[in-house]
Amino acid sequence: MRINCPNCGERDRREFYVKGAALARPAAAAALEAWHDHVNLRDNPAGELHELWYHEMGCGAWIDVCRNVVSHAVLSTALASAADLGGAR
Amino acid sequence: MRISGKGLLQGARPVTFSFNGRHLVGLEGDTLASALLANGVHLVARSFKYHRPRGILTAGSEEPNALVTIGSGAQSDPNIRATSQEIFAGLEARSQNCWPSVEHDLQAINDLAAPFLGAGFYYKTFMWPAAFWEKLYEPVIRKAAGLGALSGLADPDACEKAYAFCDLLVIGSGPAGLMAALTAGRAGADVILAEKDARMGGRLLAEVEQIDGLSGVDWVAQVLAELASLDNVRLMPRTAITGAYDQGTYGALERVGHHQPRRDGLPRECFWRIVARRAVLAAGAIERPIAFANNDRPGIMTASAVRSYLNRWGVAPGQRVTVFANNDQAHHTARDLVEAGVHVALLVDSRHDAPDSDLYPVIKGAQICDTSGRKRIDSITVRSVKGEQRIQTDCLAMSGGWNPTLHLTCHLNGRPQWNRDIASFVPTPGTVPGLACAGACNGTFSTKGALREGAEAAAQALADLGVQSARPDVPEAEDDPYNITALWAVPGKGRAWLDFQNDVTVKDVKQAAAENFRSVEHMKRYTTQGMATDQGKSSNVAALAVLADATGRGIPETGTTTFRPPFVPVSIAAMGAGAAGQAFRPQRLLTSHLASKEQNAPMIEVGLWYRASYFPTKGESNWRQSCDREVELVRSSVGICDVSTLGKIDIQGVDAAKLLDFVYANTFSTLKVGRVRYGLMLREDGFVMDDGTTARLGDTHYVMTTTTAAAGQVMAHLEFVHQVLRPEWDVQITSVTEQWAQFAIAGPKSRELLNDLLDEPIIEANWPFMACGAVDVLGVAARLFRISFSGETAYELAVPARYGDALFRALLQRARALGGGAYGMEALNVLRIEKGFLTHAELNGTVTAFDLGMQAMVSKKKDCIGKAMSARPGLMDEDRQRLVGLKPIGAVQQLSNGAHLFKPGDPVERVYDQGYVTSAGFSPTLGHSIALAFLKNGADRIGEEIRLVDHMRGIDALCEVVSPVFFDPEGGRARG
Repeated sequence: MRINCPNCGERDRREFYVKGAALARPAAAAALEAWHDHVNLRDNPAGELHELWYHEMGCGAWIDVCRNVVSHAVLSTALASAADLGGAR
Repeated sequence: MRISGKGLLQGARPVTFSFNGRHLVGLEGDTLASALLANGVHLVARSFKYHRPRGILTAGSEEPNALVTIGSGAQSDPNIRATSQEIFAGLEARSQNCWPSVEHDLQAINDLAAPFLGAGFYYKTFMWPAAFWEKLYEPVIRKAAGLGALSGLADPDACEKAYAFCDLLVIGSGPAGLMAALTAGRAGADVILAEKDARMGGRLLAEVEQIDGLSGVDWVAQVLAELASLDNVRLMPRTAITGAYDQGTYGALERVGHHQPRRDGLPRECFWRIVARRAVLAAGAIERPIAFANNDRPGIMTASAVRSYLNRWGVAPGQRVTVFANNDQAHHTARDLVEAGVHVALLVDSRHDAPDSDLYPVIKGAQICDTSGRKRIDSITVRSVKGEQRIQTDCLAMSGGWNPTLHLTCHLNGRPQWNRDIASFVPTPGTVPGLACAGACNGTFSTKGALREGAEAAAQALADLGVQSARPDVPEAEDDPYNITALWAVPGKGRAWLDFQNDVTVKDVKQAAAENFRSVEHMKRYTTQGMATDQGKSSNVAALAVLADATGRGIPETGTTTFRPPFVPVSIAAMGAGAAGQAFRPQRLLTSHLASKEQNAPMIEVGLWYRASYFPTKGESNWRQSCDREVELVRSSVGICDVSTLGKIDIQGVDAAKLLDFVYANTFSTLKVGRVRYGLMLREDGFVMDDGTTARLGDTHYVMTTTTAAAGQVMAHLEFVHQVLRPEWDVQITSVTEQWAQFAIAGPKSRELLNDLLDEPIIEANWPFMACGAVDVLGVAARLFRISFSGETAYELAVPARYGDALFRALLQRARALGGGAYGMEALNVLRIEKGFLTHAELNGTVTAFDLGMQAMVSKKKDCIGKAMSARPGLMDEDRQRLVGLKPIGAVQQLSNGAHLFKPGDPVERVYDQGYVTSAGFSPTLGHSIALAFLKNGADRIGEEIRLVDHMRGIDALCEVVSPVFFDPEGGRARG
């Protein structure tokens, strides 16, 4: 599998660590249910999924990877910093 | 027998090799199979289950029968296909799965017991008593049935791994592959042409035909010469593409040393990972046998294999050959044999409309229903409208048609489609993105068609890549239609083999169907059809056709089993090449490593790090003596310990303080410059991730330390928090673990030692507990931290790593002069247990700040990672297992980590479990054993008695629950 790092270009999957679905962090004051969902519950779509990958053996960038988990096609990659996942500050 | 003037090896040098101890002579360019046939050796192997005599069935990597062991001793390689193994001077090959010899194999008795050994026999026969399976039945069965054996010795031969990248990967070098490579090569694209055979050309090396007026072989030579002249084309013979993976990644196995005498430094195989923007699969097709009674005798081969041995290697596999076919192509075998002067006794064609010949006799609409000959075929029985007749023969060439080699197109879960016209499965386009099929693997069996499809596939790939290409003229070549009428199995009595390698017969498949294993995947597992090392390359389609017939379904409805990588067997050594020993598990050595080894310090592995366990002195005969002494010297004078393995992360930027406040449960923005603070880090789910100290070196500059175990995890976490959650913050995070060598100087005399070494002595008033700052040591700029993991007055001194060795030696020398010395991991551990300090023995991923009694550290004034979830009711439950200390009651007893805790009087059973011990040791300071443990509601049970049980080590001790801080609970010594 190949992933296109926005900094380094296309690299082998083994250079990366995958964290899982790319999710926005709830606000600090969000209800416990919202936090429970955030930490424990995941959609499992048979199709496109945004994930966070860490270019651990490369530049150290966290990357928002959109891929089709059925076909394994990597549809887009972008620096995760642009994905606005920090939630309400 | 070699036919003079025939084949491509004319003028080749003779090569001497041995087979089963017999010295034989072949020619350079021979495979072991062609050389054995040239020497009249037909009996090569014994079959898997019945130990039937077996010969050579094919001339390619699909060979099911002729598996041999190459080499001897530690360097022996079992299960090598004689059809792929090239001979070389001194090659040693021997038959396997036979005793005492392939000629006289005592276990051939199994063949007589065949009626009891059908499909699933061991599931049915060896059921009772159940306990006998592992001890008796399985070992016996494994011994009786099998392939070659491993030597059991360490393999001294190295394999290599390599990577390659290209625009176009062409898989196979027959007419389609050569045209594809030529088209792309001429267009200037980066091309890799991979061919599993030693010699490129595919079927063109084995057929008598013309391309553009040249012989096929000459045309191949001409194309290869042009390809070799192109810098952008890489030719990779002896390289089998083993698997297709995502995004154009292909696995490939290159035979590097298999075909030549062993010499040092020569790898046996190289495992390639090839990344191709586009690929053309031109892998050809595999001829399939026909199932009829006793179709497995030595001397029975596929018709194309007979042509290969004749036309390529100049070897006639028999003197009186018969042919059994259901298609026109197989007639070429009879034609080529006759033209080479070999007698063809008869061609039996199952079709009524088969073509006639004036070169050899043909019986149409007939079938072979049996054969005879124990160690080599001596006759066939032909059944036709006229009845049955026996014909003498010493070689039978059979052809049930061709199966396209479409395996790679199915490696990403693709399924092939049934093509009724050619009675074969063909690839479904698009199943592997970027891969197109051309030629026989696409079901196009004429040479002209293969040439055309190869050129077209490459041109399309180039167009996809935006590369301009001129479409080459497709050469003139054979363009005959492929006439076939399906014939899978000849009806009749007797065992008719489908899977030669696993000894699966038509009867076994029918039995599976009768016992309701009707799904093709169930039939496969019940009969073991296609589960041997050849993965049923020559037999799977016929087997599922038999299943389709037995279940009354069509072949497309029955479907195929799943094709999985690797296409050819790949040794684990090749797949793991470059990752053995230290390459698998690199060693991280400290700057004090050499000096510690000089002190005879045994090393202990901490992750990948090697740390000194203890420093034995004269008269000490076990580690406890050294450990006790080292603890005492830290408590009484001064000890030196290398603590460089702790993660060190440099954090700079105007928002550095914000980041620390966010990742730590407690606050760091209020920390003054020149001060250090202990921090507790949570995961987002509220559990403790790590702990450590962070020093503020400047207004916008911090250095964080992590535990040794979590250094990498914390680094990734900080980057995650910054890049993903708070990208707007101006902060830079850099791991500097390996850039700094850091030593703990601990003990009442630590300041005295330090002042002897520093360029300017420090005074206590400026360096209180938890102070930090810059100092110069022996002329080198260093960092000093007044922190303590031992509970004593202690400092950690950090210098750039290149000075680590010199500083460690200098520290050690001065420590000794003060009555101190070095201490290792064992003493460090005892010192910190005495103080109740934590490591990842305690921070084990299931522990909360509450469990550690540190819930007050989770600041109420700010948000932090894990804050919301740490407040979940369940994580603050009084009854949670919480940190306590334990000390034995009565006579001094050993305590052990991993032991479980029970109320005295309760049964020692899981449901009564009260907690567990995380760290334990003997405290020389207190004179008894001590332990840290997590105990149900522990913080409220101080003073209670608890029973500690460790069945593993046979320890059963009554303990008192105490505070986890055993020594100097007020912390006066560290501040002093």
